[in-house]
Amino acid sequence: MYNFEFSKPGTIDEAVAALGADEAQALGGGQTLLPTMKQRLAAPEVLVSLTGIDQMKGICLSDAGEVCIGGATTHATVAAEAAAHYPALAALAGRIGDPAVRNRGTIGGSLANNDPSACYPAAALGSGATIITNTREIAADDYFQGMFATALDEGEIITEVRFPVPEAANYQKFVQPASRFALVGVFVAKYADGVRVAVTGASSDGVFRWTEAEEVLNGSFTKDAIDALSPPSGDMIADLHGSAEYRAHLVKVMTGRAVAAAS
Amino acid sequence: MPKDHGIGASSKRREDLRFLTGRGRYTDDINLMGQAYVHFLRSDMAHGKINGIDTSEAEKMPGVIRIFTGKDFEGVGGLPCGWQVTDRHGNPMQEPPHPILAQGKVRHVGDPICAVVAESAAQARSAAEAIMLDIEELPAVIDMKAAVQDGAPKVHDELDSNLCYDWGFVEENKDAVNKAFEEAAHVTTLELVNQRLAPNAMEPRVAVGDYAPGTDESTLYTTSQNPHVIRLLMGAFVLGIPEHKLRVVAPDVGGGFGSKIFHYAEEAFCTFAAKAIQRPVKWTASRSEAFISDAQGRDHVTKIELALDADNNFTALRTETYANMGAYLSTFAPSVPTWLHGTLMAGNYKTPLIYVNVKAVFTNTVPVDAYRGAGRPEATFQLERVIDKAARELGVDPVELRRQNFVTEFPYATPVAVEYDTGDYHATMDKLLEMIDRDGFEARAAESKARGKLRGLGINSYIEACGIAPSALVGQLGARAGLYESATVRVNATGGLVVMTGSHSHGQGHETSFAQVVADMIGIDEGMVEIVHGDTANTPMGMGTYGSRSLAVGGSAMVRATEKIIAKAKKIAAHLMEAAEGDIELKDGEFTVAGTDKSVAWGDVTLAAYVPHNYPLEELEPGLEETAFYDPNNFTYPAGAYACEVEVDPDTGKVEILSFAAADDFGNIVNPMIVDGQVHGGLAQGIGQALLENCAYDEDGQLLSASYMDYAMPRADDVPFYAVDHSCQTPCTHNPLGVKGCGEAGAIGSPPAVVNAVVDALHRGGHSHVMHIDMPLTPHRVWQAMHQA
Amino acid sequence: MTQVTMTVNGKTVSGDVEGRTLLAEFLREGLKMTGTHIGCDTSQCGACVVHMNGEAVKSCSVLALDAEGAEVKTIEGMANPDGSLSTIQQAFQDHHGLQCGFCTPGMVMSAAALLKDNPKPTEREIREYLEGNICRCTGYHNIVKAIMAASGQDVGAIAAE
Repeated sequence: MYNFEFSKPGTIDEAVAALGADEAQALGGGQTLLPTMKQRLAAPEVLVSLTGIDQMKGICLSDAGEVCIGGATTHATVAAEAAAHYPALAALAGRIGDPAVRNRGTIGGSLANNDPSACYPAAALGSGATIITNTREIAADDYFQGMFATALDEGEIITEVRFPVPEAANYQKFVQPASRFALVGVFVAKYADGVRVAVTGASSDGVFRWTEAEEVLNGSFTKDAIDALSPPSGDMIADLHGSAEYRAHLVKVMTGRAVAAAS
Repeated sequence: MPKDHGIGASSKRREDLRFLTGRGRYTDDINLMGQAYVHFLRSDMAHGKINGIDTSEAEKMPGVIRIFTGKDFEGVGGLPCGWQVTDRHGNPMQEPPHPILAQGKVRHVGDPICAVVAESAAQARSAAEAIMLDIEELPAVIDMKAAVQDGAPKVHDELDSNLCYDWGFVEENKDAVNKAFEEAAHVTTLELVNQRLAPNAMEPRVAVGDYAPGTDESTLYTTSQNPHVIRLLMGAFVLGIPEHKLRVVAPDVGGGFGSKIFHYAEEAFCTFAAKAIQRPVKWTASRSEAFISDAQGRDHVTKIELALDADNNFTALRTETYANMGAYLSTFAPSVPTWLHGTLMAGNYKTPLIYVNVKAVFTNTVPVDAYRGAGRPEATFQLERVIDKAARELGVDPVELRRQNFVTEFPYATPVAVEYDTGDYHATMDKLLEMIDRDGFEARAAESKARGKLRGLGINSYIEACGIAPSALVGQLGARAGLYESATVRVNATGGLVVMTGSHSHGQGHETSFAQVVADMIGIDEGMVEIVHGDTANTPMGMGTYGSRSLAVGGSAMVRATEKIIAKAKKIAAHLMEAAEGDIELKDGEFTVAGTDKSVAWGDVTLAAYVPHNYPLEELEPGLEETAFYDPNNFTYPAGAYACEVEVDPDTGKVEILSFAAADDFGNIVNPMIVDGQVHGGLAQGIGQALLENCAYDEDGQLLSASYMDYAMPRADDVPFYAVDHSCQTPCTHNPLGVKGCGEAGAIGSPPAVVNAVVDALHRGGHSHVMHIDMPLTPHRVWQAMHQA
Repeated sequence: MTQVTMTVNGKTVSGDVEGRTLLAEFLREGLKMTGTHIGCDTSQCGACVVHMNGEAVKSCSVLALDAEGAEVKTIEGMANPDGSLSTIQQAFQDHHGLQCGFCTPGMVMSAAALLKDNPKPTEREIREYLEGNICRCTGYHNIVKAIMAASGQDVGAIAAE
């Protein structure tokens, strides 16, 4: 890894100021960024750790009944503390990486990176979550902009993510056997105003909503409702672990299982 | 009652105490005063012509001590190959040079081009990035069959072609085999791939070179399974250092599985560079580097045909295999697809006629060499898959088809040049069936079906050959080394013993099991026996640990040396008790005179040996230290029967291993707990091969599975508790312990059981067109197989 | 270089590190505590697992400076005060839960973290918890068994002692 200057601010304002430096980058739990830097594929000159900002940690319920998760909250904390409010989200967090990774990795870090195979993007998009940054609020539908691309500006920090709590939800993850990331992951959430189906792992455009499935599930929230659908087309990833056709097939299978588990 | 000490006891491992408390001493834990660090700049293309290397900017980088290129090694030998195979026309294999650093061309991704030595590892890496390479990319050959076509780009320009050798075995049988196929009532044919694997010992390779100018002595600390072999190869063939000026130390080594047998460029480099810069030089591989620089395993593409008569007796077997050597010949690479593979093609069966053809091919990929099982998993997989397919085609029970053809009389000379000394294949099959409740399978399958899953059962036999020997024979077969083993037993004055063995333990627990043997022979506490290994300075010349040879060969040497100790000790005891030597008996650490109540303790005899006041000095030298070299007169032949039960998710193709049972015959057992552990580990690697692992290259020669992000290692939740049994014991007839070797069996016998089980599951699910799926049986591949037309 | 101070196995330690120095490197090179191992560079093998503020973390994916002020526990701090093996360590020896020993420090640290949160885990829970710890030697059988035994469960029925 190339060397860098390290800082660990205690407040969001200090972090924003530190990220104003040239070639500065925010560091969440470091579970993706540090391995990337070891390969010398990223070379920030200043690394600003967000793990010391207490105001960005923890889970609470908003007055509107949303689950609000601080951007620096670890997956382990979400798995444990969101369970009572939003079990599907907690279950998703509890299967990211492995226990040691979950003790360090953060929701903000995951969403900022937007790995096409990460789990959290599916939860955020599938829940219609709001990404709160130090400057603004971004709807999940506007936030994800393709593989590793997001609406975040340079130096912008995810301070909180707000999840509206659905009537029913479930996440089905079919793991890539080596990385244990999602080969295909489908998050299904049923809200009063409609069903959302978000898919991760499958597309080279990153997380996406399978709108055809949402439409039929709005009519009937049952596993059988999607039987007639063709698997989603579009830019499915094809690699060592699965062809595009296989991934598309898995999207349908996992969607059906998520619906069955949620309903 | 299980024994609580000595041979046959599950003695707890003494080495665990240091490993469990963080006090092991692995090579990367060694740091020498004034040590510099090397970073290897490796090729990022599979094939290219080096037009220029400009190190001028890099040399100005902070911390750089010296940058080495291929030029620095022009007068130095390349890495030697330890086995010369003769082809079916009587010609020696093509054997290209294997330079320490690339000379003129790069031949695989990972081929080292430059070595930057600097004050820190990070500085060395940064400087390596500043080296300007002018390399002209050449077309790469990756596919073996394409590589041997006329006009294919040549990996080595100076060779006639990419064909290393075309080996026929037994060439004289070829016509008879072909004739038997013409006369067969049924022929089953199967084309399959035994995919390339990365051995992945959890400890990446490390080398630390040191040089003492005052005595002109070089020392190499390295992650090796056989330090003496490294000393011989590196000293004599690469660097020209006489062995008495070269010490090689392999301290605690974090697993090997074959990949740490071979002599690697980085070892020679660190030794060479330490002398060149007069400072210790250290290299620690990252895992990413390991994937492109450790020798890989397997990589065979095979067509196998089995001929049967009208009564389903096997009448002939014929195979054609392409075996990938990679870009260079690694130390023992040529022997793996030939003498470790062709000789095992009889399996457990009395097939009278066998012909094996192997074409070894150079490609622009990482070199391939022995990996746990080495040739024997490839042989077993082909054979046990083709038999299963034959049973399916003929509509007969796969177990009965095997039983009908088992070898039952021993010794048995196979048509592929080996003689099985002993075995009982029905016994292990009987034991296996007892373990798995085969009769209950249909009910279990129905229960799975009710849950929407497809259950399958796969059963197979295996045989393997361990303790490759004898030296005189392997010499005729092309080995450029002997395959004996050595031990020195040094008894101290106060009765404790130190056994210095040429075997090397890197997980096998020799420090415990070897001590059990010696303690048992003398009748003393195991704690009185210390096992020393891994340092050429204090062990006799030995060939190291691989091929499940340690106890069968190294243990036998230790037994022989201990027998010499006991013989001499009896002479001393006879003198002390004024009795005839022939009347002396040793039991429980006490010498007695038969028929009398005279006795003298072990410690009194050892003291007398070193304080020879009352001692037959005119007949006997003082001291009690003996060395033995043991060269076995045959391989040993562990064998057994394995069963795997799987459940396939038809919606996704995912395979779950529900149970795995292994009934092995390892002959006599010294430490059952350690034997179980060896089998467990082998099974996990075999299951890993069957379901998960794959070194996949793209057509440009880039390794697609070059980290744990894409190379799927078996994890705890991929495997079940295994049922293992080794109560069927036909002791080896030709070594003093009657042991056979247990390190590789699990990895050899398990892949066909898994694949047989998955194919069985798919047939039960109505996918009767699926006769084979190539490993690894990933969910994607199983799903594809189910849905192919 | 920046000075970092933390508590390792109950002892306050400090040293000068670069920004990029990993906790694993600080332990191994700075403190000469080589029990923590590095087996991969993608944060997967788990040979480097230590406890930081009571939680299992991969010390190859934590910056030393990010551990400023932390309580760190490593394999060197796992034995009983009198030097004897702790319950988990003893179970690994009793049930042959290690072979080459390289992954062992991480396995023991992960096992300890698991049992702290889940004193009587099922076989399935143990296997899932070990997702981030790779062992190439044991096939996991005896590791899982050792952890079950360390949690006081009867492992007599599990095949192959």
